[in-house]
Amino acid sequence: MDHLDQLEAQSVYILREAFNRIEKLGMLWSLGKDSNVMVWLARKAFFGHVPFPVMHIDTEKKFPEMYAFRERYAREWGLNLIVEMCPPVEATDPTLPPNARSAARKTLGLRDTIAKYGFTGIIAGIRRDEESVRAKERVFSPRGESGAWDFRDQPPEFWDYFNTDLPAGTHLRVHPLLSWTELDIWKYVRREGIPMVELYFAKDGKRYRSLGDRDITFPVDSHAQSIDEIIAELETTRAPERAGRAMDRETEDAFERLRAAGYM
Amino acid sequence: MDASVSLRELMRIVIVGHVDHGKSTLVGRLFHETGSLPDGKFEAIKAMCERRGMPFEWAFLMDAFQSERDQGITIDTAQIWFKTEKRDYTIIDAPGHREFIKNMITGASSAEAALMLIDAGQGIQQQSRLHAFLLSLLGVKQIAVLVNKMDLVDFAEGRFREIERTYTDYLGSLGIVPTYIIPVAARDGDNIVNQSARMPWYKGPSLVAALDSFQPAAPLSELPLRLPIQDIYKFDERRILAGRVASGRLKVGDTLVFSPSNKTARIATIESWSAPARDRAEAGESVGITLDEQLFIERGDIASHVETAPMETNVFAAKLFWLGKTPLHLGQTYRLRLQTREVNVIVESIKCLYDPESFSAVASESVGRNDIAEVVLRSPALLALDGAADNPRTGRFVLSDGGNIVAGGIISLEGYPDQRPMVTVRSGNITAVAHGITTAQRARRNGHAGGVLWFTGLSGAGKSTIAMAVEQELFRRGFHVFVLDGDNVRRGLSANLGFAPEDRAENIRRIGEVAALFAESGQIVITAFISPYRTDRQRARLALEGSDATGGFHEIFIDADIATCERRDPKGLYLKARTGEIPDFTGVSAPYEAPLAPELVIDTDALSVGDAVADVVAYVEARFRRLE
Repeated sequence: MDHLDQLEAQSVYILREAFNRIEKLGMLWSLGKDSNVMVWLARKAFFGHVPFPVMHIDTEKKFPEMYAFRERYAREWGLNLIVEMCPPVEATDPTLPPNARSAARKTLGLRDTIAKYGFTGIIAGIRRDEESVRAKERVFSPRGESGAWDFRDQPPEFWDYFNTDLPAGTHLRVHPLLSWTELDIWKYVRREGIPMVELYFAKDGKRYRSLGDRDITFPVDSHAQSIDEIIAELETTRAPERAGRAMDRETEDAFERLRAAGYM
Repeated sequence: MDASVSLRELMRIVIVGHVDHGKSTLVGRLFHETGSLPDGKFEAIKAMCERRGMPFEWAFLMDAFQSERDQGITIDTAQIWFKTEKRDYTIIDAPGHREFIKNMITGASSAEAALMLIDAGQGIQQQSRLHAFLLSLLGVKQIAVLVNKMDLVDFAEGRFREIERTYTDYLGSLGIVPTYIIPVAARDGDNIVNQSARMPWYKGPSLVAALDSFQPAAPLSELPLRLPIQDIYKFDERRILAGRVASGRLKVGDTLVFSPSNKTARIATIESWSAPARDRAEAGESVGITLDEQLFIERGDIASHVETAPMETNVFAAKLFWLGKTPLHLGQTYRLRLQTREVNVIVESIKCLYDPESFSAVASESVGRNDIAEVVLRSPALLALDGAADNPRTGRFVLSDGGNIVAGGIISLEGYPDQRPMVTVRSGNITAVAHGITTAQRARRNGHAGGVLWFTGLSGAGKSTIAMAVEQELFRRGFHVFVLDGDNVRRGLSANLGFAPEDRAENIRRIGEVAALFAESGQIVITAFISPYRTDRQRARLALEGSDATGGFHEIFIDADIATCERRDPKGLYLKARTGEIPDFTGVSAPYEAPLAPELVIDTDALSVGDAVADVVAYVEARFRRLE
């Protein structure tokens, strides 16, 4: 087994645990590279089926290419797609910096969706190498009643035994891609032939490395027009992946606060 | 596929040691020296330190939470990536505080090798010992000991040799032989990448050379096959058993034995999606297989080859680390998780506790948080397991309490006999009623309440078949269970009765009363009679409700269309009824009054026997295990 085989086997194991142990399970589909890989891995795990709803928490500020992608692949992949809109920015915590408030809409949209459908488990495609706060996550991560993450007292998790029992009113976040890196994602996309939104590929010397809302996501300088070129670029770059995501670095703890409140 | 994709290897390294012995500094220096820092990170850390009015602090590279930076402690495990010429590394920084041991274990459990830091000035501390002990339990065998802060002891070889000698002795007592012991000064970079000019007496490798010489975790493919069943899928016409191969190899055509039930079948196919077809798989792979025969298999069963099956026992010894907020006590019940199997176990004895200061074995009645102990655990049900010495993967387990993981442990099977030969033996298992013992006492000992599963349905619906299979399965799981059917009742208890309606009613009355007595004695009674009349069944329900049994009366409708039953007609009875040879035959010449509100309906037109059994067993698990 090579490195990608190992990652795939581990993610499949995690998805199957989640499906077996969690009663009301849903998967977040942001239309970005990680969540496309995640949907693909679910089809691997369940032999072509995705046996739970796939949710897009829509800020209505995504790129048109992303909406087109959503419509096409929800159909082609036979997904049980749920689209839910986010509340306006006025509903978010006013003490957060402006871009973080914009991102926090998604947290509220997710919270409302969880309540509406009664989800007890949410699969999210975060990775440890994206951001140092995410590096401290668990694979099965309990969330409090308001979706809050108690990162100061996380349960132990070892030997692939996951904490799957939870008190009423709370839910679990499940992170099957936690051990993947950005480079792993692209190598797997290449190996499996997984379709991607075209914004990831360079046009006029710019490409998106990470996709979010139109107003708080910016392209990076790049000439990588193919997956091979993206992989070559990532093997040498020292620029962080979320450099184009404005909300991460407005203040020292902006991202930590977002996550503690339930952001992905 | 591009060959370069898989050429670079990834290794996971954990850094452990007593608090303040310099773990985070070491990581920072390692990244700096190997040019692995992302752009802007150095500046960001500098800015954070300036904001706090403190000197440059490498630990901020790993400590991501503001509270960690403010308090200067690592609370939770962090991970960070770097590469050498040879390969890529994931570095796991584990907290050194004793109160965050659960996070240290979370981080270290996935590592292939460990770096143990010891402060040259302070020498070996409690956590230096505890962390090494935990590494030995976690199965991390490759360890490099770094004697850090050599600058603070003037790079004295004598001090280094003293620590080297004492610590090597201690590790030896745990069965650990450290791969390297390296003197370093992490803050200045001595012996990190290059040989330090300030310690010419040290001839061994630098840290990076040591890292590069570690071997990747050996795959467990060479061990006997262990495939713990994770789930069974029926998304389409295939019935796929899903699981991750814990060890060994399998291929299409292999005969598998499923433990602890001891059933066998052959692998028909290995299923996959969007991948080339294949006929074999090995350790580490998440697979799906189909069998040539429909067996009743469920999550928790372990598949193996027949000649190398795991041992079966309901008692075993273990060395465990305890993470629970309340202590582990003798006689307490916990949930054992053994691969995908879950079952209750009772702490039968605490053989010894390792004193947290000296790590010598002492006697104790309880085990506190972060302590290590040797215990004996007993389960009412038979378990399929391996000793950790034979199989590091299936030889380990966790305990949970109220849904939270509270312990991890490794299994020792020395001195315990294999009970596999006894699995197929059925016992009479009727316990006599002894007065003065309460129902609650019986339930506590048995691990479940007593009650009645009253099967009703047409002849040929499958009552007896399902009843016998359910009995077998419940018995295997440690339930006290007994089936009352035509064979054992008509021969004695109702020998004087015929098949006229009134005789049949009397027969059912007697069965109802006997079932209630059995239930009172703590058993789960399964009755498998047509019992066509509602009033008769209602009387049986009242008999049970009038008894002391607490498990309740559960009417289970074994439902099948009369045409199906007539087609099955295992004893040729319908044929005889149609020709008038048997008078008053239910469904043909006598009525069948279907239940109005049965507790459970088993539709045998739609379900296989295996699935029907699974449904009843799941129903029993959910209702009889609760002890009030």
